[in-house]
Parts: sequence; C-alpha cells; structure tokens
Amino acid sequence: MSGDFKLEKNGNANGKIFNGLNGHQPDLDKKAFQENFEPTPLHAAILTYLGYAIITVFGFIRDLMRKYHIEKLHAATEDPEMKDFVPLYASFESFYTRNMYNRIQDVFNRPVCSVPGATIDIVERKFSNSGWTSEYTGKVLKNVINLGSYNYLGFAENEGTCTEAAIVTAKKYGAGVCSSRQEIGNQDIHMKLEQTMADYLDVEACIIFGMGYATNSTNIPCLVDKSCLILSDGLNHASLVLGCRLSGATIRVFKHNDMEDLERKLSDGVVYGQPRTHRPWKKILIIVEGVYSMEGSIVNLPGVLALKKKYKAYLYLDEAHSIGALGDHGRGVTEYFGIHASEVDIMMGTFTKSFGAAGGYIAGNRALVEHLRAHSHSACYATSMSPPVCQQILTSLSIISGTEEGRNRIKQLAKNSKTFRQGLKKIGYIVYGNDDSPVVPTMIYLPCKIGAYGREMLQRGFAVVVVGFPATPIVESRVRFCMSAALTDEQIEKALKAAEDVARVLKLDYSADKSLSC
Amino acid sequence: MDVDKLWIVNEAIQSALQTPYHVIFEGLLVIWILRLIFSKPHKIPDKEEKLTAKEKKELVDLWKPEPLAPPVEKTLAETRPYRLVNGQVGKNIVINGHKCKNFASLNFLGLVGNKRVDDKIEKCIQNYGVGTCGPRTFYGTFDIHLELEKKLAEFMGAEEAVIYSYGFATVLSAIPAYAKKGDIIFADEAVSFAVQKGLQGSRSKVVYFKHNDMDDLEDKLKQQEKMDKKDPKKAAVVRKFMVVEGIYMNSGQICDLPKLVEFKYKYKVRLFVEESLSFGVLGKHGRGVTEHFNIPISKVDLVIACMENSLASGGGFTCGRHYVAGSQRLSAVGYVFSVSLPPLLAGAALEGLKISEENPEIFARLRQKASFFQNLLKGIKGIKLVGYPESPCFHLRRLHPVTPEKDLEFLHDVVDKCEKNGICITVATRTKAEVLSEWPASIRIAVSVQMSEKCLKEAAKVICHAVKEAFAEQRKS
Repeated sequence: MSGDFKLEKNGNANGKIFNGLNGHQPDLDKKAFQENFEPTPLHAAILTYLGYAIITVFGFIRDLMRKYHIEKLHAATEDPEMKDFVPLYASFESFYTRNMYNRIQDVFNRPVCSVPGATIDIVERKFSNSGWTSEYTGKVLKNVINLGSYNYLGFAENEGTCTEAAIVTAKKYGAGVCSSRQEIGNQDIHMKLEQTMADYLDVEACIIFGMGYATNSTNIPCLVDKSCLILSDGLNHASLVLGCRLSGATIRVFKHNDMEDLERKLSDGVVYGQPRTHRPWKKILIIVEGVYSMEGSIVNLPGVLALKKKYKAYLYLDEAHSIGALGDHGRGVTEYFGIHASEVDIMMGTFTKSFGAAGGYIAGNRALVEHLRAHSHSACYATSMSPPVCQQILTSLSIISGTEEGRNRIKQLAKNSKTFRQGLKKIGYIVYGNDDSPVVPTMIYLPCKIGAYGREMLQRGFAVVVVGFPATPIVESRVRFCMSAALTDEQIEKALKAAEDVARVLKLDYSADKSLSC
Repeated sequence: MDVDKLWIVNEAIQSALQTPYHVIFEGLLVIWILRLIFSKPHKIPDKEEKLTAKEKKELVDLWKPEPLAPPVEKTLAETRPYRLVNGQVGKNIVINGHKCKNFASLNFLGLVGNKRVDDKIEKCIQNYGVGTCGPRTFYGTFDIHLELEKKLAEFMGAEEAVIYSYGFATVLSAIPAYAKKGDIIFADEAVSFAVQKGLQGSRSKVVYFKHNDMDDLEDKLKQQEKMDKKDPKKAAVVRKFMVVEGIYMNSGQICDLPKLVEFKYKYKVRLFVEESLSFGVLGKHGRGVTEHFNIPISKVDLVIACMENSLASGGGFTCGRHYVAGSQRLSAVGYVFSVSLPPLLAGAALEGLKISEENPEIFARLRQKASFFQNLLKGIKGIKLVGYPESPCFHLRRLHPVTPEKDLEFLHDVVDKCEKNGICITVATRTKAEVLSEWPASIRIAVSVQMSEKCLKEAAKVICHAVKEAFAEQRKS
C-alpha cells in the first residue's frame, strides 16, 4: 500500500510514505514499515494562519485595553517595591499565554481524582473572564473514558497484585530514601530491580534512576564531552536536548527519521572532524527515540544501526514510549524489528508509561553500566527511587514477561492501536505516524478547534489530549490519543463513534484519501 | 527650438566621427559595464578541495573512536562498590550486614517508617495506584497535588507553591525558567551540584563569589553596577539574580539572608534561595531560613526546596509570589515535560507537613540535638567540624589535610570502622564534574530528631575511637 505522496511543503508538513527500509538491510524487511504523514491541505493551512492572525490582532487590542485600564487586569503583577527592577518577563514572552492559552485553559491541567486507568474521574472547573478566573463547581465527572494518559499496558490500577505488592513494600521500606545511591541509598530492592530489568531486556547490566527526565539530563554528560559530536533527531524530547546541552558536545540535528540526512552528517563528521582544527572527534553519538510521541512515528532502527556500524558511531536509544508497548513480549523497538538489544550501545527507557510507575533506566554492557554507577550525576547527588515505586515495576515486569495475562495485555494494546487508527482513518481524519505505534496523533490544524475538540469530547464522556503551538509546529495542532490495553473493545467503539460525531460537528475530515483505511 | 537641438546632435556626431578610437573605447567600456551588471555572481571556491568518495571511505576506515566507557576492570579499580542496605533507611539501618544507627541519611524529622505516613501511603495507593501516567498538563494533575501545593504555600506563608516530581530536577528547571541567555547570575561558589547544573542550563553569565563572603559579593555587584552605568540601554534588559542556599550542602554553613535582602533592593538583583537543607529545620515552625531571620518570605523572589530530606518523601517544590511562581507552570522544563509526582509520595509529604504542624516543637528539638552532637564531635583530635552550630547536617574534615587521595582514604577508613561498630556515617560523594573540583573531602553527618541523647553520646564515642584508630593505622603505613 505505498502511496504516491510527494515531499510537499505545505505550511510545515512533511509528506512522506515509505514502504520498506530506505534501501538499508533488505533482509529485515519482514514488516512493511508503514508511516503516514499526509501533507497539510492548503485550505486548512490558510485558515490556520488566518485564525492565528485574528487572535493576534485581538490580543493586541485586549493588551492595549488592559494597559489603559479599560479592561480589568486579572493577571498577577510585580511587587510595587520592585518596580525599578529589570522586568522579569519580556513583554512579548507571555503574549501567547495571555491571549490564546488562557482562553482554552479548561482543556489543559484537568484535575483527576481517581486512578488514571481506562476511566477517570475529573474534577469539574468553571472558567470566566476569558479564562482568567476559575472555580470548582463541586461536581466530579465520573467514569470519563481515558484516551489521554500514558497507560499503555493498563498497569495504572488501584487493585490487584501490583497494588498489593506496592502496599506491602511501602509498609516495609517507607516511601523515602533520603540519600543518593552512592551514599546509603542503595537498597536491596534497587539491585533486584536492576537485575530483573537486565534479564528482561537480555543485556549485561542495567542501572535505574528516580526520574526519567533526570536520567537523560544527568547521564549524557557522563558519556560525551566537549570533543565529541552528537547527532540528534530533530524531534527529540526536551530532556535529551537538555542532556546534550549540558554535556558541552557539538550538537548537529538531522531531519526526523531521515537516513540520508543522517548519513550525510555522519560522513561529514568523520571525514572533516572538528570545526576549524579538523581534529577527529573522540566519539560520535547518535540519539534517537523509539516512538516519537508527538508524531506517532517509530524510529527506522535497522537504517540507523546500519549507518552506526558503517561510521563506527554509538547509538543512544530512548525508549520512553516504546518499552512495553512494542514487540511481541513488550521488549521495545528492538524486538519489534527483530534486532538483539546488544546491538544498541545505550538503551534508555522510562518506567512511567508502560509500567504505571515512575523513574528511568539505562541498560547496556557491563562496562557502560559500571561507568555510570561510578560517575553518573544522578547516582552521586540525587535521591534514589522510592521503594514502593520499585516494587510496582518489579510486579508489572513479572506479569509482562512471564504470564498469560502479560501476553494478553500486549496483544490487546496492539489490537486497540490498530482498530482505533483504522477507525479514525475511515472517518476521514488525517492520522500521523506508524500503524503499529500506540500513540495516535490526528490533525486539527485550526487554533479554534483545539479548545473545541477537548470540550466536545469531554461532553461526550471522553478525556483527550489536545496539543498546539509551541509543543507542535504552529500550523500542526493535533489531538493525541494514547491507546491502552485497559480499554475494552466496546470502549474503543464508543470512542470512535464520539470521534466521528465531533469530526462532523467541527469538520475535521481533512484526509484527501478516505480509502487509506484498508 | 527643434532646430537648435538637431544642430547640437549633428555637432556631436561630427566630433565623434573625427575621433573614432575614443568612441570605440567608450563603447567597449559601456558593454563591459553592462556585462558586469547582468552576469551571475562569481562563487569563491572553497579553500579545501572536495574529497572523492574513495578518499572519504579511507578516512572513515582510518578513524578510530574512543571506547564509549572505560573497561570494567579500570572503573572497578578506581571506585568503591555501593554499600548495600537491607530494608528501610530509617533510624536503625542494616548496612552491608551490620546493624547500625543511621547518621548518614537526611531524614531529619524521622518520618521514614512513621505509622501515620505509612497509613496515608497505603490509602493513596488504594485510591490512585502508583504512577500518574501523565505530565501535569495532560491528566497528571491529581487533586492530591493541588492539595499539597496549597498546604505547602500555607505552611511557608507564600502565595503559591509549584511541585516537581524529583528533587534534583527542581532547581535544575526552576533557574532556567527565569534566567535566560544574556542575564547575569551571582552565585555562591559552594552551591550544590544540582544548582550548578541549573546555572549551566540557564545559559546566563554566572559570576561566583567566595563562599558566604558578603564583601566579595558586594564588590562584584558594585563592579556590575559600574558596567551598567556605561551601557544603560543594555542594562535595562539584562536581568540579574543571586542564587544562594539556606544551609549549604557542601559546607553546612548558613547564608547571611538579611545582608542578601539588603543587596537585593540596593543593587536591584532578584534573590533565589535554595532551601533543601533548611526547610523543615530552621525557624520556629520549620519554615526555613526566612523564618529563622524573621524576614517576610515575600522579600525572597523564589524559595526552592526538596521534599526528599525533612519530609522523607520525594520530589521538590518552589514557592513565592503568584507573579513569580506562576510562570513555572508553562516555562519550567522539568515541570512541563515530565510526568507528575506519584500520589503516594505527595500523600507522604502532606502527612509529614500535618505532623510537623501538630508538633511545632520538633524543630527546636532537632536543632538542640544537632548542636549537642556537634559539641560532642568538636573535641575529636585531628578533625575539623564545619557547619552552622544548629545545623543537623555538618561536615567533618581532616584538620591537617595531606593529599586529596590520602584524605579520602582516611575518611573511608573511619566510615568503615564506624559501620563495624554500629554507627552508619558516609563520606560526602562528589564527581569531578563539579565547578569547584578542589573541594576538600569530608564526612557528612546528618542528625535525626529521633536520636536520643544517649544514642548521640554513644555515636560520638564510636566516631572518636574510629578516628583514633584510623590515624594510628595511617601512621604505621
């Protein structure tokens, strides 16, 4: 099913379908690598820019009215004693927040008062004065179907084996550790988790950290320094970008999942060396993610590995969204492509999405892990993981890797992802990303539809995540559905019906080719 | 009129025909100018010649990268193995198989293993599960987070509090949310590693002043003022900040907050105070260094603290006025792009706060025990005690340092001997990546309010004995 979409530049869209693996490693072409990025329709792009222009004009008018006290100023102001200080915020910085984000605040930061499982209870809020003031109505919206939390394998539960084990551990160990791993924060439960994770991934060793974000930002600086080169995918997560910056290495960005651009930059890196002096780089590190959560795309791992071997670079794979969610046994994007984990130098992941816990890990060969144990900033200065959280991961890992229940969860997630994605395409939504990814982003483009979509879906009893600028390019606002193994077939069907209804109301059937659903 | 014009043209043609070379030369010049105007710009060739594919392949084959990590044997030879704790990191701890009293973890209020806190954790897990499965913006805001933020703001007397899911990431994200490229930050040279990373992440110009030296800071502020006067336009957009800690992790000393607040208004520099070690320790109600010095918290622009020490939970928070603290919810990277704090940790922190409010005398007791213990240890020969007299977290250094490696070995020896005799202490771990890499090696002692006086006396005896033995052994070798 390879389409004929050309690489168009409508607004900021890419528009590439490729079937196969770009000519690299043809023997791994067991699956058709299907990724869709349908280009933005021209009329949508024009209306989106127009929409932003109108908002900006009204924003200026309202700001002027607030400046001359025609409109009441609800925002907090600086302490009058400090009026001679240099202003803390540049006046334009919060323009977008004041005039756009505030008005649709009710679709963000929705307070939850239950376990974030297949259904959640949302505390109702009422906003007035264009979003400046809010209050709780006292009502709780119960049993809203949850299409927004990162609960891929459905381990966000408040009853069952995981919960019972976590409670027992909490009673035995308490919640806090109050010390870092290198001092006296290294408990037996941490060592057990590291060994279990290493066995699960089939690698030599593994080290765990208390937070996924800190895993990236504190460990990349230990692996590379000023005389190294980092080749980072254009859509990498903020934690990876911060880690790269803190390391001091030279960073070169290659186009998202574009193997030709990566090869060009690798070749230039090895051949021409460091800028000006042309001394060779000490190391070259390629940083990619397993599943990109905003695009729903899966990294072209065989392609990247082939290039890595050819140019002797090292590969850092961030599997925050793919561990547990891809592969027949949930071992992530390496299992998905049939590649052994030892081929990737640094396998990083987080426990927040598929394991219903918190924290991150880095796995690889023993030399790497011992080096991180000795030199990681997180191991030296940051508190270790809380024991009940460790136990949650241990229990969920034992379920995923050993039991029928685990296999069923993985199968249900894959089934849900496929059904939901096909369903949305049939309705006519433009759906980005790979067919197998558990993250399903669909495009809504116009800024006014961002707020409207969130509200319409909540009215119909569904909690969805809508994202706009600056998390996405300005023209490409989207709705990001996160599939979960906890969602039953009927819930998926209901969700599709609601999505169809809202698509009709908001005219979101942009897709040019409705036959993409086969 | 026309006739005159015609006559002039006729004259011109006549004179031109008389001097043909003139005309030809000027004609060629005009053609040349036209060609220059309409020709494409000439590309300056690269200084380097392009390499052929074969040459590139040869260079790729020749290049040998460094190994990603040094070999295992080398790493293991250079570092000490982790100490293994079986069970809770509470008042009593089983470390490397030895049953010890815990003087190493920052569990100041003794909340690890508290029954009320444990019950609250159980309730939270039964209600919410373990993880929140989402960042704050996308269904990761739970009612318990909002309750905790409100309680923290109330406890500290601030307008708003913002919670983060990891203590280390709190200050790492809070500073870059305000200080950007082009701004100036005056920081104490003894600030902890997390603060240093926050300063590095902000990309601002960082000016370090001598540890707790207010005169040095004033000098640097005055210098900056002079430079500002020379360029007032630039000064009007460059923000200035001061970053200090309430009690410094690296030295146990307290900052001079009244002087700092004075400088804030005199030199128009905003003040951020990192209170990880002073929150829940200083002040009549444990509100930290602002309560200790009787300064209203609104004078400090942002208080940054972590809940992993006194509150024995997880995560961190910042608090301040609405105007300052509110913007972190959209611009602090560790808040926006990270999953929120697990509800069980938020519940533990909430219960910890409630317990402290019900027993406000706990903070004075903690400080009294801390100074009691400090006095017991001050007398040990060959050891220098560094820290504010009432601080439950202080350092023991060698009085006459030899070399950094020998000092570190000596201190590890003391720690090992204490462990065998039932007292668990630790050497303050550091990496070479710190800004001040010549920081002297030290043992960091942490006193918990749970320790009885008898316990403290026994511990002091053990430490004294261990130090004597370690000195004796070093003299022999």
